[in-house]
Amino acid sequence: MAATVSALALPTLSCKGPEREAFLQKHFLEMSEDDKKRVVKRLEETYRTAYGKQFDISTKGARPNTLWGYGLDLSRCIGCRRCVYACVRENNQSRHNPQVQWIRVLRLKRENLVDLDNSEHYYNPDLVPEEHFAYMPVQCQHCENPPCVKVCPVHATWKEPDGLVVVDYNWCIGCRYCMAACPYKGRVFNWAEPKIPPEELNTSVHYLGNRPRLKNVVEKCTFCVQRVRNGRYPACVEACPTGTRKFGNLLDPNSEIRYLIDHKRVFRLKEDLNTEPKFYYFFTV
Amino acid sequence: MRYGYNLSVGSRTLISCLLLSALFASTYAGAAGRTPHEEFPVPRPPFSKDIFPCSSCHAGLEANATRRVLKEEHTAIKLHHAESMRWCLDCHDSANRDKLRLVNGELVDFTESYLLCGQCHGNIYRDWKAGIHGKRTGYFEGGKRTYLLCVHCHDPHQPRFKPIKPEPPPYRPNDRKNAG
Repeated sequence: MAATVSALALPTLSCKGPEREAFLQKHFLEMSEDDKKRVVKRLEETYRTAYGKQFDISTKGARPNTLWGYGLDLSRCIGCRRCVYACVRENNQSRHNPQVQWIRVLRLKRENLVDLDNSEHYYNPDLVPEEHFAYMPVQCQHCENPPCVKVCPVHATWKEPDGLVVVDYNWCIGCRYCMAACPYKGRVFNWAEPKIPPEELNTSVHYLGNRPRLKNVVEKCTFCVQRVRNGRYPACVEACPTGTRKFGNLLDPNSEIRYLIDHKRVFRLKEDLNTEPKFYYFFTV
Repeated sequence: MRYGYNLSVGSRTLISCLLLSALFASTYAGAAGRTPHEEFPVPRPPFSKDIFPCSSCHAGLEANATRRVLKEEHTAIKLHHAESMRWCLDCHDSANRDKLRLVNGELVDFTESYLLCGQCHGNIYRDWKAGIHGKRTGYFEGGKRTYLLCVHCHDPHQPRFKPIKPEPPPYRPNDRKNAG
C-alpha cells in the first residue's frame, strides 16, 4: 500500500510549480468556478511563457434551450478545402509533424455517393470541382449517442448540454479508444508536440476547444465552441466560398438548420449505426 | 424532429409584439408609396474600381437601347446569362443609371439586387432569404452579421461559379515532408 502511494506521489513530487498544478488539477466537470479561474490563470501564464502572447481563455458553459446542429449542402461543395485550413488556423492545430486536421474532404464518384470505402481524400487536381466527382467533407458529427464517449475509460470526453462533444485535454490519457470507436474518423491524435507558428496563433480560445493542446492527447472538431457559444458562426462556415455550410440551433424553429431540415432532402452519415449525428447533409439541387 | 420546442411565454409575447410592430411598419411604408421590402444586412456590392456611381459618366450620355458589342467602355463585360434574351437595359435603368430596374418598373438600389435576381430565380431567392442558399458571416445572434449578395459569388453578367484551385491535400502517413 505504501509503495503504491509513494509511486503515485512520485510524479507529483518530482515536478514543481505549474506542472505540478497541472498534474493535480481536477476533471473539468468537477471544477468549481474558483478552480476554473485558477486553471485559466495558470494556462495563460504557461502560454505567455511558451508563445509570448496573452491568451483569452473562456470556460463559458452551454446556453439553455440550445442544441447545435450543422448542415452541409452536397449540391454546392466543390472540394476546395478552404474549410480545412480555416479550421486549422482558428483552432490552433499543429501544422507539421504532427499534421492535425479536423476536417477531411472525401472525393466520391458522382454515381457512387454512398461508396465511402472507395473515397479519396488525397485528391490534388489543378482546379475543383472536377467533372464526374462530388465532394463530402467529414468532421466530428456531434452524435447524440456518441460511441467515442462510451468507450473513454477515464471520461475525458463527454457530451455537453448543448450537444457538443468535447475533450478535457488535461484529462485525456491518449489511449485512443475513442478514435477506434468513432465511425466517422472524427478524432485525431497528437503523436508529437504540436507545432504552431507563434504569429499564426489564435489567442481567443475556449478551455474545451481551441486552446493549444498537449502531446499525446486526442482532439476533434467542437463546432468552434469558442465562437458558437457567443452566437458566432463556426470558422468553416465563414470560410466556405460556396456557402455550403450551415449552422444553427436545432431547438429554434426559426433557425437556418431547422429550415433546411424541414424543406430539403436531408440525410445523416451512417444513420444505421444509431449514433444520431447532429450533422445533416442535404441537397438543394 | 424529435427535439421539443421550448419557447417561454415571455418570448412568445415578445415575438408577437415584434410581428405586430413589423406589420404596422410595413403598412406604413406601403402608404409612403414604395412597395415595402424585407431588409437584409448586406455589404457593399462588389463594384469594379471607381465604377460607381454610374451616373458620373452616364449623366451626360444619351441612352442607346440598340443591342451591340460595346467597344469603348465596359469591354470586359461578356454577357453570358441568357444573353439571347437579355440586354443591359433590362436590368439597368436607362433614366437613372445608379439604380436597377425590376420588370414591374420599380427602381431598386444595387444593395437590393437580390430582388432583381429573384424575379427569375424564385426558388433560390426563397432559400437565400432563409439562409440556405448563399453565405452568411459574423454573428447569427447578438452581434453584427452579413449576408452576401448574389453578386458577391456570381458575376451577374456571367453567373456560373468559376472553378478554383484547391488547398493542398493532407500528408499521407509515410510522407517525409511532414517530418519537417
